[in-house]
Amino acid sequence: MMRQLRWLPIDDNFRPRLKALSEAGDDMWSQAMALANTQLDFIRTNALDAAVRTHLADTVPAKLAAKPVRLAVLGSSTLAHLHAGIRVGGLRRNMLVATYENDYGQYLQELMDTGSALHAFAPTAVLFAFDARHLTQGLHAGLQAADVDRLLDEVVARIESCWSLARTHFGCRVIQQLALDVFPPLLGGNEHRLPGSRARFIARLNERLRSLADTYGADLLALDEAVRADGLSTWHDDALWCRSKQEVAPAIAPTYGDLVARLLAAGAGRSYKCLVLDLDNTLWGGVIGDDGLNGIVLGQGSALGEGFVAVQEYAKDLARRGVILAVCSKNDEANALEPFDRHPDMVLKRSDIACFRANWDDKVANIRAIAADLNIGIDSLVFLDDNPFERNLVRERLPMVAVPEVPDDDPALVPRVLADAGYFESLGLTDEDRQRTLQYQENRARAALQASATDLEGYLRSLEMRLIWNRFDAVSQQRVVQLINKTNQFNLTTRRYTDADVAAIMADPRAFGMHMRLLDRFGDNGIIAIVIGRLGEDGALAIDTWLMSCRVLGRQVEAVTLNLVAAQAKALGATRLVGDYIPTAKNGMVRDHYKKLGFDVVCEAEDGSSRAVLDLAYFAPEETFIHVTEGETA
Amino acid sequence: MKDEVTIYADLTEIFREVFGNDEMVLTPALNAKDVAGWDSFKQIEIIVSAEEKFGIKLNTKEIDSLKCVGDLAAVIGRKAA
Repeated sequence: MMRQLRWLPIDDNFRPRLKALSEAGDDMWSQAMALANTQLDFIRTNALDAAVRTHLADTVPAKLAAKPVRLAVLGSSTLAHLHAGIRVGGLRRNMLVATYENDYGQYLQELMDTGSALHAFAPTAVLFAFDARHLTQGLHAGLQAADVDRLLDEVVARIESCWSLARTHFGCRVIQQLALDVFPPLLGGNEHRLPGSRARFIARLNERLRSLADTYGADLLALDEAVRADGLSTWHDDALWCRSKQEVAPAIAPTYGDLVARLLAAGAGRSYKCLVLDLDNTLWGGVIGDDGLNGIVLGQGSALGEGFVAVQEYAKDLARRGVILAVCSKNDEANALEPFDRHPDMVLKRSDIACFRANWDDKVANIRAIAADLNIGIDSLVFLDDNPFERNLVRERLPMVAVPEVPDDDPALVPRVLADAGYFESLGLTDEDRQRTLQYQENRARAALQASATDLEGYLRSLEMRLIWNRFDAVSQQRVVQLINKTNQFNLTTRRYTDADVAAIMADPRAFGMHMRLLDRFGDNGIIAIVIGRLGEDGALAIDTWLMSCRVLGRQVEAVTLNLVAAQAKALGATRLVGDYIPTAKNGMVRDHYKKLGFDVVCEAEDGSSRAVLDLAYFAPEETFIHVTEGETA
Repeated sequence: MKDEVTIYADLTEIFREVFGNDEMVLTPALNAKDVAGWDSFKQIEIIVSAEEKFGIKLNTKEIDSLKCVGDLAAVIGRKAA
């Protein structure tokens, strides 16, 4: 069997650590999370899941990465053996996942019956996990092409109606498992010439579901891709199907669960965002400080050199699709930079690296500094280093950083390990994702201009800022959800919302959600602020959410945003704005946000939370150097 | 052929892990009725773990004929190199 979850370190101390959970008290969840981040087979996964569920009982751990998820796993074969893996996959990502399984074969009845246990469970996400035999009922090798086409249409329509039922009743995320091709071929290599081939039917069905999911906004659990990578025998055991109707073999359940959990995490905006790279023996072979530019191993001519090129090419493609790259290396900076500038086989250039730290400080301090510099959470970093000492140090001191194990530290294997680990799982690509590295470079250019400008006003004027605002819409929804769930510092209330929550705001006539995009002479900063307002009965417009990217602090965006919020509120018939501040460990910077904008603080509680009010009758919009326009609605 | 002592030692490890009980002691006669929680799912866990540990594959007939730990040890003894 393949080594499951092979990017996670092996723990020889599993049983004692599992036992210790019963005495860990408040620390139970984080200790369990650390255990979930070791290489677990299905028995350990089940054991960990059982222990956590016992100790947790009905309590919800503090400081979860996202809102608790209630996932209904619906299908028509045995699925109970997959739940522990899903929950542990959540735990691995600091997410609490509760799961539900329908009565055997009864998924459709339960979806339609509002009195069913499924409705009582009230899922926030539904995973449809139909087995291939169920999906090919009525199909046989003797059917004519036209009959097969009709059958395919029917199956697709049936699945779509399941999605609609879930959407209508629960307003929740829909995840569709693509079908496993478990059927032995009947013709052989030219199977596609047999219309009634089950194997062929499954392949066609999966392609149909792919395009349907795109138009529908469902997300896919691509088991067909997993099988392509691992082989069918890893995923499916014909004898076990006969014995227990388990289509996915129990032994692979931890991987199945991780695949589901990474979709849940991506949906909550909690995928990793940044790949932090060591240099010596990670991006090239040898030590640049000792071996020199001509001595390091990189490029064609040696297997090892090509392995390092493969690492760099994969990293570069990750950057092209929105993953931030950073460097963290123990080196003199001049030495570390030399290959980037002068080695002909370097795929990565300095401009690909958003934050470059080469010095002799310990890596823990440097990784913290990288997160601070890029203004992202430490828990969104993945750290790639060939040195086991550094890996273990970072794991121990910064358990929220993902640190992959690469078999024998062979660079040739790095791309696949990173892909298998699914750190950067993404449900699609936003424009921001494509331009991310560019944005970080533009920030540096702005900083340089600021250093040269003599006064603030002159600097702001010279930036030639343009702000384009928009109501929440389908185009921006994904990015809006991302920001709502990841912004910690400039965030007045830190309320986290799902896709479905945001859709509800869009549909509510007494509420508005708006996002602001900021452009300047150096480029497009992307969406940098979000406000959600809701009109109360008494003419008070409550500012439910106000968050902003710290990248644009000190650039009058706050004032412009207030101007826009006031206008929106007036349009809804509001007479005053009410803004709350709810303190967290990270948002101290906005404690006096409303006061600075001219609100009157009307009450302050002992826990530091406060409420402020602005009377719209006396409000005059502030003049700024930002040119404001309303964007086109999609 | 693998000797019986090694087989029982390895099986004990598997059972302890599957049932989360470090004190579990295996006897040839031990069966599902004797152990709380030994249901069909646990049965599959035990078999899949044993297959992996001993590098063998049990066929449907063999699995169906398992009535107690002794039966499992005997099949393993026959099949494991």
